[in-house]
Amino acid sequence: MIFTNGRLRHKRVLPGFSISLGVSLLFVSLILLLPTTGLIMQTSQMSWSEYWGVIADPRVLASYKVTILSALAASIFNCLFGLLLAWVLVRYEFPGKRILDALVDLPFALPTAVAGITLATLYAENGQIGSLLAELGIKVAYTPLGIVVAMIFTSIPFVVRTVQPVLEELSHEEEEAGMTLGATDAAVFWRVILPSLWPALMVGTALSFTRSLGEFGAVIFIAGNMPYISEITSLMIFVRLQEFDFAGASAIASIVLMTSLLLLLLINLWQARYLRRIHGR
Amino acid sequence: MSIRLTNISKKFGQFQALSPLNLDIQEGEMIGLLGPSGSGKTTLLRIIAGLEGADSGHIHFGNRDVTQVHVRDRRVGFVFQNYALFRHMTVADNVAFGLEVIPKKQRPSVAEIQKRVSHLLEMVQLGHLAQRYPEQLSGGQKQRIALARALATQPEVLLLDEPFGALDAKVRKELRRWLRSLHDELKFTSVFVTHDQDEALELSDRVVVMSNGNIEQVNTPIELYAQPNSRFVFDFLGNVNRFEASWQQNRWTNGDAFLVPPEQAPLQQNGALYVRSHELALADKPNSQAHIPLTIVAITPVGAEVRVELAPIGWQSEELWEATFTHHHLQELGLQKGSVVYATPRTAYFFGEQGDGSPVRQSWPFLPPGSLAFDI
Repeated sequence: MIFTNGRLRHKRVLPGFSISLGVSLLFVSLILLLPTTGLIMQTSQMSWSEYWGVIADPRVLASYKVTILSALAASIFNCLFGLLLAWVLVRYEFPGKRILDALVDLPFALPTAVAGITLATLYAENGQIGSLLAELGIKVAYTPLGIVVAMIFTSIPFVVRTVQPVLEELSHEEEEAGMTLGATDAAVFWRVILPSLWPALMVGTALSFTRSLGEFGAVIFIAGNMPYISEITSLMIFVRLQEFDFAGASAIASIVLMTSLLLLLLINLWQARYLRRIHGR
Repeated sequence: MSIRLTNISKKFGQFQALSPLNLDIQEGEMIGLLGPSGSGKTTLLRIIAGLEGADSGHIHFGNRDVTQVHVRDRRVGFVFQNYALFRHMTVADNVAFGLEVIPKKQRPSVAEIQKRVSHLLEMVQLGHLAQRYPEQLSGGQKQRIALARALATQPEVLLLDEPFGALDAKVRKELRRWLRSLHDELKFTSVFVTHDQDEALELSDRVVVMSNGNIEQVNTPIELYAQPNSRFVFDFLGNVNRFEASWQQNRWTNGDAFLVPPEQAPLQQNGALYVRSHELALADKPNSQAHIPLTIVAITPVGAEVRVELAPIGWQSEELWEATFTHHHLQELGLQKGSVVYATPRTAYFFGEQGDGSPVRQSWPFLPPGSLAFDI
């Protein structure tokens, strides 16, 4: 610490706090805040009743329901399957582990439209998987189930990648302590391991959910896009844009944005509280 | 409960962590496993607990063969080196864990569990911290909670891995005494791992000295100190000066230095003499029996004693020699840093080249401490 002009200042190891903060804020503004402001500007051209008319249109309301329910189903599936995948990747050694680890990121790397078209082809009634499922009487492509499949595909990495590092850091000794105290494997999992993973798992699931809410490319090719049945909210925005109804598109987009932000905020608050307890601050 | 280990061995890949070894631990005994890192002491402890499986041999708790028994059914209390407290649970929940995972039929009632937990917390003198989380506690407090948690299920065997390793000297000493009194009160059988010889000697009923996966020696602290049976044990117990000697002209010599064996000594061969730092006398002149010249390089007070560090003159020693005196005695001797002195052992342990590895104790009784019997 250095005293200058009677003020206490911390000496940092690396200089340049002000410039790095400045650059960061500039980019946050350009990439995040500016588009958001544009969205609000567009929306503000409407009156409240016009706004309400657009966002509460029955077809749009139906799309909220489809989107939220599909995203919920997809993120619950990802919560379970992502945890399992992370567990396998961290706890076991097997041939091809590195390849599997790399494959987890594929949904991030693949253009979503490509994913959508591929999934639609696979799950169509004459596709490789679709034909098998058709025999069982299950239709995936061009139904809400297809939406869920597409959402699962694009958002699984969120859960795996948030849980994985926490699982890696989890000490074996806590598990061993549980076992020496007589706990069964199930008790060790539920009472010792899971509570430690909980914050990461919830954040991963929430990210997966919000990503699914906004997913467009992968979903529209497999969804079938039947009004009131398999139309997602992003598609409603797209339709408005094609009609050059920018204000209407922004209005619907603002709903998606607010839902996502609110959810992320809540999850972060909850996580902070949980971690404060664990870290004793 | 007594513990009997028969022919226990363990390999990790190519590394022989434990060579086949046997150990009998009496009921109610407190055993210290002492050794440097990599000596296999922690592996042995984990095998007793059942956290690690042995490659060969048998483990008996009393008359029960527990070799194939799962760790959760062995009913041992285990205290981990870094405590391994459950971070997301309060202190009280941590202590209650072992009771709450008992199958429903045998599990005590909620009220009974609460009572036992508060009793345990009182026992470790931390009742006021019941609702805290582990991260809010100091190292010493965490250690006590880990102990309370391990004792909650009333195990008959308590195993501790480096229990005081991460604590500062004062807390360490306090906890050592407290653990000892707890052990004497509750009469469980305990085995603890340590690399600190003071801790092992102070706390144990018997010390098991280990190196390279072997048991070197098992004995009570007093006997162990009096009769170390190998160079390793001697080195490990610490504070010992080594005189590597070759047998020439009827005396042990090393460069300019020499030492004449007491008259009855039959060991006329090359070897090493081990002299404890408090069994070394210093004088300003050599004598007919011992000519070991040294320079004083440092004089350091260590508690009630003063440690004098000595560098050899005209002969070879891998490490500096050390001699310890009382403050009073040092004043009488009038030693100064830089002055040249001649050392005479009162007692030394001789390890001969052709011997079986155990030492022969040599005394020079005709030399009164600190005096010179025969001036040259």
